Amino acid sequence: MNAVVCIKQVPETTDVRVDPKTNALIREGVKSIVNPVDENAIEAALRLRDQHGGKVTVITMGPPQAEEALRQALAMGADEAILLSDPASRGSDTLATSYALALMVRKIGDVDLVLCGKQAIDGDTGQVGPGLAERLGIPQVTFAIGLEVTDGKLRARRVLDDFFEVVEVKLPAVVTVVKQINDPRHPSMRNVLKAKRAEITKWTLADLNADPKQAGFDGSPTQVIKVWPPAKRGGGKRLEGSADEVVDELAQAIKDMNIAAG
Amino acid sequence: MDFTFNEDQQAILDAVKEFCDEELAPKAKETDEAAAWPAENVRKMAELDLMGIPVPEEYGGLGMDFLTWSAVGEELSRACTTTGAVYGAHSLALVPIMQFGTEDQKRKYLVPLAKGEHIGAFGLTEPNAGSDAGAVATRAVKDGDHYLLNGTKIFISNGGEAQTYVIVASTDPSRGARGLTAFIVEKGLPGFEFGKDEKKMAFPSLPNRELIFTDCRVPKENMLGRENAGFLVAMRTLAVGRIGMATGAVGVARAALEAAVPYTHQREQFGKPISTFQAIQFMLADMATEVDCARLLTWRAAWLKDRNKPFEKEAAMAKLYASEVAMRVTTKAVQILGGYGYTKEFPVERYMREAKLFEIVEGTSEIQRMVIANHVLRELNR
Repeated sequence: MNAVVCIKQVPETTDVRVDPKTNALIREGVKSIVNPVDENAIEAALRLRDQHGGKVTVITMGPPQAEEALRQALAMGADEAILLSDPASRGSDTLATSYALALMVRKIGDVDLVLCGKQAIDGDTGQVGPGLAERLGIPQVTFAIGLEVTDGKLRARRVLDDFFEVVEVKLPAVVTVVKQINDPRHPSMRNVLKAKRAEITKWTLADLNADPKQAGFDGSPTQVIKVWPPAKRGGGKRLEGSADEVVDELAQAIKDMNIAAG
Repeated sequence: MDFTFNEDQQAILDAVKEFCDEELAPKAKETDEAAAWPAENVRKMAELDLMGIPVPEEYGGLGMDFLTWSAVGEELSRACTTTGAVYGAHSLALVPIMQFGTEDQKRKYLVPLAKGEHIGAFGLTEPNAGSDAGAVATRAVKDGDHYLLNGTKIFISNGGEAQTYVIVASTDPSRGARGLTAFIVEKGLPGFEFGKDEKKMAFPSLPNRELIFTDCRVPKENMLGRENAGFLVAMRTLAVGRIGMATGAVGVARAALEAAVPYTHQREQFGKPISTFQAIQFMLADMATEVDCARLLTWRAAWLKDRNKPFEKEAAMAKLYASEVAMRVTTKAVQILGGYGYTKEFPVERYMREAKLFEIVEGTSEIQRMVIANHVLRELNR
């Protein structure tokens, strides 16, 4: 069973800073990581490969340094990695991204399963996986928390707000996974060293015969107008003293806030 | 002089740090308190190829150097001292078989050790032979194609859990240290049993057991190195082992420093975080400086070893200094945390108990000073 895993390199967003002028994330000094739930997608693919044989190919679209994310996937044990890096793909929204990724999957050929993380921690759209399935014209299963492959069929357990759902689809299919599906393995040192030396295939949009109108800014109807981090929560205030004093102080503080008593 | 790791070393260290932070450190307290062999951690280390770092690839190892082995050991010890100690004790079987083993011995014993399929241990210490290795009383008497082993080893780290033991026994008691011979002994061999597991001040999850040999027939092809050359095997092993112990000591010292610093920012006295007090700052400054010194000494010893240069004196210096630094730094960490530092709520009291081990094992501080003095008296006598 041959699987393709689509991953994204994202900034580690524990402390997001946004440039107030350009509305873009400040990337300087921020570590780049593999989108965390994409690691679960890689792990899911590796486990299926270990059970059923075949090959795991990891792909990404991004700047040249996205190669690092692919090397991390290789260190986990993926067999091959392909980077689509083309200045013309800058500004891609989810529509253009799924277009480009679909062309990659087609070019790879003989793919039984495409796996993605549920969503990326930077854009948070969750649209690329489903978009990819539409582009490829194959079934999609989102939010998978369990996967099982038998006789060319995939049985997936989906986690929804209030219940689980078990669905079965024919392969090939696109599956997006949630982080509870597994614990991604730590790479072995042998694989870490192997991944450092591994050849990473690099493609451009021209290699995919991509339609320039469907790629990058031109292929992206969505434009981000503004990005800002949520306001930081201020620390609370602690009142100390006797009950009477504290109540008086609290009452005064509420009055000062001009909150109407209902 | 270059203080940077090469790309391979750095990639390995990055991956190991992530493993330590995510898998080992969060469970370190539990691992300690379980008072049980940390089987899961050991299995994971094997899966990650950490059990044979300096062993050539053709023998199942990673083919890296002792500097990498040491830097990885520091990360392991910093995250989980017990796991770091298992790694160190395992190396004491790995290293002599790698350095003295025949091709057959390497195929049979080094490969599974390097892959982490087998765990190793080293047996030298006896009730009356520790610092004085020449006083080893365990006898090995030749009997046809075998040697008959009789005697008792004590305090053996990884004892009982390890499958492969490097045992030093006397083949010619009249010759003292020059009558010792090393053997590879497998767990399960008739006449090889495990005795008392010591209850210690710290490291309850690290076995330190008696190994009891009663007419244990060891095939002669399991002799490691030449007959009566066991003292050399032991000294070469312990020299590398000292780098390992220095590594563990740096790890525990660093763990204590890293536990103390955040506490000084949070803890307020007299209306200010205690990190603003010079008395605390000076302690932290000394701790950080000493940890760095200890690490540099340790890395220098490993670096020399990797270049096949003499490193015995430097390994002794590293072991002496790093273990005493570990004691001082962990004691200061307890002092900084004050009453809380004395409780089991914080790890620093454990670090302090653990640190003491490093001043004792694999040559006490006194033995290290003897080794260093012997070198100094010779080298500087012009």
